[in-house]
Amino acid sequence: MSQSSVDFPPKGGFSFDLCKRNDMLTQKGLKAPSFLKTGTTIVGLIFQDGVILGADTRATEGPIVADKNCEKIHYMAPNIYCCGAGTAADTEAVTDMVSSQLRLHRYQTGRDSRVITALTLLKKHLFSYQGHVSAALVLGGVDISGPHLHTIYPHGSTDTLPFATMGSGSLAAMSVFEAKYKEGLTRDEGIKLVAEAICSGIFNDLGSGSNVDICVITKGHKEYLRNYMEPNPRTYISSKGYTFTKKTEVLLTKITPLSERVKVVEVAGEAMEE
Amino acid sequence: MTFTIPIDNGDAVKNAEADSQRTLYPYVTGTSIVAIKYKDGVLMASDMGGSYGSTLRYKNIERIKAIGKHSLLGASGEISDFQEILRYLDELILNDNMWDDGNSLGPKEVHNYLTRVMYNRRNKFNPLWNTLVLGGVKKGKSYLGMVSMIGVSFEDNHVATGFGNHLARPILRDEWHADLSFEDGVKLLEKCMRVLLYRDRSAINKFQIAKITEEGVTISQPYSLTTFWEFQAFHNPTAGAQGSW
Repeated sequence: MSQSSVDFPPKGGFSFDLCKRNDMLTQKGLKAPSFLKTGTTIVGLIFQDGVILGADTRATEGPIVADKNCEKIHYMAPNIYCCGAGTAADTEAVTDMVSSQLRLHRYQTGRDSRVITALTLLKKHLFSYQGHVSAALVLGGVDISGPHLHTIYPHGSTDTLPFATMGSGSLAAMSVFEAKYKEGLTRDEGIKLVAEAICSGIFNDLGSGSNVDICVITKGHKEYLRNYMEPNPRTYISSKGYTFTKKTEVLLTKITPLSERVKVVEVAGEAMEE
Repeated sequence: MTFTIPIDNGDAVKNAEADSQRTLYPYVTGTSIVAIKYKDGVLMASDMGGSYGSTLRYKNIERIKAIGKHSLLGASGEISDFQEILRYLDELILNDNMWDDGNSLGPKEVHNYLTRVMYNRRNKFNPLWNTLVLGGVKKGKSYLGMVSMIGVSFEDNHVATGFGNHLARPILRDEWHADLSFEDGVKLLEKCMRVLLYRDRSAINKFQIAKITEEGVTISQPYSLTTFWEFQAFHNPTAGAQGSW
């Protein structure tokens, strides 16, 4: 007997099918797994020649530090970078997705991407998910119409600002910016101020820590300074190094230099941007 | 078989009538207090606003008061509870004066008294909804401490309550050092209060700075800080991004 309903093609987008089942389980007492959040300090500021973005490098899973040195400044286009706070998977996925959309758009138009394009693509996506995609972003870049800096909230609202902070350490970083920002900063002053703001987040906020990453974008040029500052080095390292316990019996030692087995070829040209 | 537990009025936590006697939420609140130790004593700053929820109801509340000869008390949180605490301290100081023995309660003693009061109220589930800052100088030694509504108490070289915890503390940790002069101390406090003015929605631009030294207490007249809104980027923020804000 044939079904009376028409067969619809599968729709794209997020499938909310399991939400009712998850709700029922939480009501019965099951604790939902916590997300890997980046509990972060991310900042951006506009200086006289362009934009400087900064971020800390700690990723937390509840009270535990899951990654001591993660990368929170994501590549969007050669002239646009985006810092992400919130759920790590969401920031990574959404910036990756918009980055590839921008690339396809560049091939089609033959022009450099504009920051406002990235902004519109991101806010459209986030708004359509009504805040469930938990990504709070600081988007900065320099395009044909000048330097731009925007913040994007998980629900899809945006702000255009001369200096911005997001994440759990945003208040600590914002207090540094509000006290010390002025217009027409030089590149060195700007980097110093961004590093200071991130350090303020690292030392005063528990969700942020480890190192400072900085990205400087100017017209036609970008500099990604990974681990620009490492204010939390390992303090005590044993000078003796690691030794096996005395009772371990060494049966055989055989060392094969890898260069005899494998040929290493230098690839000239554009390596992977990330 | 049913069990009936007799309701006895001493069980304040469960009895509905006694419930209306406990403090459940604050009504008229003061925002942050920021205080530091400096060369000659202690400096404390607060704004003069009292918010009723999201309305700025009162704009002339003095949230810093002198206690006895040697101490300054600043309070954030429920204003009526602050007034109650002032009455308790009044009684305390009065009784101390009546002894007429040449001794007077110093800041350490007052801080200890307040800690006991706050902690005991918290144990009865009926807190005084304040975070108090106690500063003072006695016999040349400066003292600065804080008590919260749950009885957490400690002393430090610089303290901040409310939003000041998040916005002022990073600045103080970076820029405070021992033996600040009076001018430098005031500048540091004004830096913190300015950031709070920009970023705390319940702050107002009307401040008092209080100073306590061996000589005594001075609470300044209300004054306001200059603010800067002339960043080029704020004049036409969406010039480069038509349609957003």
